[in-house]
Amino acid sequence: MKEIDARGLACPKPVVLTKKAMTENDEILTIVDNKTASENVAKLARKLKAEVSVVEEAADYFKILIKNNGQNKLENSTNKSATAKSTEKAKVYLIASDKLGEGEPELGEILIKGFLSTLLDIKPLPQKIIFLNSGVKLAVLEADLKKVLEDLETAGVEILICGTCLDYYGLSDQVEIGEVSNMYEIVDSINSGDYIRV
Amino acid sequence: MGPKALAQVLRRVDFPADPEKLLIGLDKADDAAVYSLTEEIALIQTLDFFTPVVDDPYLFGQIAAANALSDVYAMGGQPILAMNIVGFPSCLEAEILAQILQGGADKVAEAGASLCGGHTVVDEEPKYGLSVTGTVHPDKLLSNSGIKEGDLILLTKPLGTGVMVSAIKGGFTESDENNPAVKSMLTLNNIALKYFDQYQINACTDVTGFGLIGHLLEMSENSSLQLKIDASEIPIFAGVRDFAESGLLPAGAYKNRDNYQEFVSETGKRDQTLYDLMYDPQTSGGLLISVAEADAAELLIDLYAEGLDVTVIAKAVKGEKGVKIEWK
Repeated sequence: MKEIDARGLACPKPVVLTKKAMTENDEILTIVDNKTASENVAKLARKLKAEVSVVEEAADYFKILIKNNGQNKLENSTNKSATAKSTEKAKVYLIASDKLGEGEPELGEILIKGFLSTLLDIKPLPQKIIFLNSGVKLAVLEADLKKVLEDLETAGVEILICGTCLDYYGLSDQVEIGEVSNMYEIVDSINSGDYIRV
Repeated sequence: MGPKALAQVLRRVDFPADPEKLLIGLDKADDAAVYSLTEEIALIQTLDFFTPVVDDPYLFGQIAAANALSDVYAMGGQPILAMNIVGFPSCLEAEILAQILQGGADKVAEAGASLCGGHTVVDEEPKYGLSVTGTVHPDKLLSNSGIKEGDLILLTKPLGTGVMVSAIKGGFTESDENNPAVKSMLTLNNIALKYFDQYQINACTDVTGFGLIGHLLEMSENSSLQLKIDASEIPIFAGVRDFAESGLLPAGAYKNRDNYQEFVSETGKRDQTLYDLMYDPQTSGGLLISVAEADAAELLIDLYAEGLDVTVIAKAVKGEKGVKIEWK
């Protein structure tokens, strides 16, 4: 626990010191010598969504115990963006079928379309969407998905379509959106990012 | 231009001004001009533009707009209208200009104002900025003078964008949004404004080209108060100290130091790097808010809760006007 003896310090110093401590510690005990300072420190902690308990041991001795729950640690410091970015790594989506899940084929088709349409709204956007096996049919045959895939591509999402699979289904000449890709590139993409198989 | 050279030029020119209507004009060296329209509305007018500070054109556009909009916020106002000012080389791709303008437009939209055109000239180096019009209720107008004895001065962004821009230009660091100074330059200064009604705010300005010291001196200029800086509280961006010590202080920092150091007194042992950074010219720097001491803690709590990197850097005390740095 981090202890801050802020007795004798004028407002807002106790608040400033407590705020600093909250970016580095989970538990902080701040000691102040007047009611105003104790109220201010408690108010700060509550505003920053920490647990607070105040003990008035004497008219000039207040203990404010703060439990941070971790959420204020580093959050407002200058490396905030760096840490936020790295945990939000963009994912690679592998669409290996023209249906989502097992069950009635009709339902599976509705679900996969819904799934792809929703990808536009998630943050961060996918890094890549890879269409494999019967999944390639979604990328070339479905008129109502064309707009969705175009929008994803405009937003910077890479759309890769398996060339071998297109050949197999005889669809090679119908590609309008995305990039025809080979297995090497697909394996490389999967290895380089967090990937989700749909 | 430096403030001294500029003052020499301006002295030779007669500028028209309606003393009844012009609440803040050229003579005040404030962030923007303020003109009284009605008893309830005063117009704020400002203009700022500069050469790229980062490589990414979209980020540059956003920074230039955040910087220009800041002058309106520093007067306690709300921007309503903006126009682009562009210099652009004929040899560069039009796509780059489109990205700069999109950056500016997006920032103006974030500020809730309208962008309605502008003017472009062919230039050797890209330049971008905006002329911004805002409004403020005359009673809520904040100038850079007006500090009162006992006021605490809050700074809402760390220092060091000048050094960081040098480092970016020299290839020492990346200029993406992960760079804390870039992120800060992109941030609008409108957050603190929300709380101004609730507390006694006596003066406000933003830190820009004249550096922290230059703008603090402006605040102390029309008062008989001294601004006493607590050096241990001066916030700087991560990485900036190293860059400053490797000789990446921009020329503007030295110019500011030469112009202002005669008005600065010190106690204790000086930290030379931090001292130099107090003169570092800032792009889209933070607000300096002079708040009554009794309200400071509450305002701080509100700004902390907003996630602002705000610090109490100075106090207005009786004494010879100017700035005094206390090193500990």
